[in-house]
Amino acid sequence: MSTLFAILFYFATLAFVVGLFYRISVYARTPSPLKIPTTPAPTTTGGVVLRMTREVVFFESLFKSNLWIWGLGMLFHASLALVVLRHLRYFTDPVWGWVVFAQPFGMYAGITMLLGLLGLWARRLLVERIRYISTPSDHLMLVLLIGIAVSGLMMTFVAHTDVIAVKGYFLGLMHFNVQMLPSDLLLGVHLSLVVALLVVFPFSKLLHAPGVFFSPTRNQKDDPREHRHLSAWAAKFESEKN
Amino acid sequence: MADIVAPAYRTIPIIPALIPGAMEGKGPFVANEKINEALGFPGQLVEDWHDKAIAKMGELLSKYRSFRVFMDACVHCGACTDKCHYFIGTQDPKNMPVARQDLMRSVYRRYFTLPGKLFPKLVGARDLTREVLDEWFNYYHQCSECRRCSLFCPYGIDTAEITMAAREILDSIGYGQKYSNEIIGKVHKIGNNLGLPGPALVDTLEGLEEDVKDATGLDVRFPMDVKGAEVLLITPSADFFAEPHIESLIGYAKVFHATGTSWTLSSMASEAGNFGMFIGNYEQLRKIALRIREAALELGVKRIVVGECGHAWRVAYSFWNTLSGVGSGADEVDKFAQMLQKQLDHRYRQPTHICEFTWDKIQQGALKFDKSANDKHIITFHDSCNVARGSRMGDLPGGQFEIPRNIIKAVANNFVEMAPGTTHAQTFCCGGGGGVLTDDLLELRVKGALPRMEVLQQSVDEYGVNFMATICAICKAQFTKVLPIYGFDRKMVGGVHQLVSNAIQLGPK
Repeated sequence: MSTLFAILFYFATLAFVVGLFYRISVYARTPSPLKIPTTPAPTTTGGVVLRMTREVVFFESLFKSNLWIWGLGMLFHASLALVVLRHLRYFTDPVWGWVVFAQPFGMYAGITMLLGLLGLWARRLLVERIRYISTPSDHLMLVLLIGIAVSGLMMTFVAHTDVIAVKGYFLGLMHFNVQMLPSDLLLGVHLSLVVALLVVFPFSKLLHAPGVFFSPTRNQKDDPREHRHLSAWAAKFESEKN
Repeated sequence: MADIVAPAYRTIPIIPALIPGAMEGKGPFVANEKINEALGFPGQLVEDWHDKAIAKMGELLSKYRSFRVFMDACVHCGACTDKCHYFIGTQDPKNMPVARQDLMRSVYRRYFTLPGKLFPKLVGARDLTREVLDEWFNYYHQCSECRRCSLFCPYGIDTAEITMAAREILDSIGYGQKYSNEIIGKVHKIGNNLGLPGPALVDTLEGLEEDVKDATGLDVRFPMDVKGAEVLLITPSADFFAEPHIESLIGYAKVFHATGTSWTLSSMASEAGNFGMFIGNYEQLRKIALRIREAALELGVKRIVVGECGHAWRVAYSFWNTLSGVGSGADEVDKFAQMLQKQLDHRYRQPTHICEFTWDKIQQGALKFDKSANDKHIITFHDSCNVARGSRMGDLPGGQFEIPRNIIKAVANNFVEMAPGTTHAQTFCCGGGGGVLTDDLLELRVKGALPRMEVLQQSVDEYGVNFMATICAICKAQFTKVLPIYGFDRKMVGGVHQLVSNAIQLGPK
């Protein structure tokens, strides 16, 4: 099982990194021929950075549009961030001070993350409009995340696994040295689902994470009168006949 | 069309229940061969439309980052589902912005993503069939490209961009819309959307000079094709003869008269509207915008001012500099733009909205008003969607909301706002923008006006509002048609410069 997971994790990490970089490079390469910020929009680069920060950190637009989705989404994403931070302890030795400090928060964040996910799923099932727009993959994505959260929480609160060995395993993987992984059902489930998440990420709606940074309606400055904006393919029309 | 009745107001504006298929149908009239071919599109649906459409989609995905990112980024969170006026008015679930996008996204997934190729059912991917194509034609002509959904989307996904892409694909395979394509043909052939030839325009303008002379005793001019004028006014052609548009044109002329501004209209560029945006076609967008550049170069003007028009102001403000060089800040080596920008006076914003022009003059104390002339009106202001969410006025973000209101308050005593959440950035579209202002879509227009009509009714009941000012030719035309169906007086709608015209003091009589 140790070798199997080693192969899976190397493969998943590769798929995640290469897939994501490929996607991001496609976004970065594709031109924006016209100025289309949703106005009122900032007129300076600093203003755009602030706007993007408010979007990414506080989900500003979502806050304006629907408090339920905002609250549940915020609960999920903020908890997820804490949980991920907590997991850094499996990849660092010695563990950084602030990661140590975040441990108890990360532990309870696992519970709030699950609550957020269940709330979002309830909306998807119960609200007619959102049920209408949901595809099977939308439900499966939530199931996947809920599976990761539940199996992780079980290991924290119900049936502990040998975390020292788990840490040894991942530190080993990072140095291409496969150690023994505890043969524990919950751990197996948890890690399999994480592998699935990593692989699915660059091919799915999880691309909203990098996508938001490339959204022209949010990341463009509102200065079309002051500066001429011209993309390469649009400029060709001008060289043709002036 | 007499059988089209207004939907009932929602007593509390709750989110309506879904009525699947409520707006199913064939969509607007399809453009005929003559109309399509005049724009360089195939005359009718080509035989290999499937492959051509997918190829076009691939081309657009590589040319527009907006389209590319928006196809991937949606998580189906549902934040936009209750934001579209057409959904609120029709209750058809396919008019929810995310569902409208998914008509396209489902095909994108099938042909351009791995999961869609492998597991179409799982990710909601589907083949591009004739049924899907017809669905596109129908539902992508039930979007007014108003951008209200983009305001509320956590990723800024703008359905307008997807509607434009869809229409562009449809045109490229010979399945265009009659209304928009016919009008674009008229702009190229005659010079404006309404197809008013130059001599008829000159006649109209002379008639206006006489009317204003009768009313004021003053020689307020409406000049045409005057070389060396300082200002070139580009205004929607509806301003030349439609009611209430023409009242605003008189208002602009009086402002120019009172401030001693030398100005001119152009017979070559007698249209501010740019339907190239409605159909999402960059080349048409550019070609139509180039008329303004040519007119400006030929007449040698120093400033370009744009009349009251919503989508037109978005094109002018956001796109003209890109498309035709009307603007500032072009690179020294950018010969194409410099040719024009050297001629323009960059102490002024290029282009300038007529409201910016008037408000600047008011602040300079160059205009005098008798506000009591508007005392018969209790006024509210309808923010036009593309001015609100696709442009700006003045130097600060949000100037597009403040400046028209400031003008109204400077020329009239009674101004009230409509309900919050339906004005400023969150304004509702009138229901007629973006290429749907045609009688074959009247049912859609009536239903799409519902959210605006509800809050207008509220302000009528609460404050006795009897005048809704707006700065868009489409809003004015749409409301003139739709207000009576909701039981209002059609004369309730008018322009901001109509109010200016009422109150302006043109000096001793």
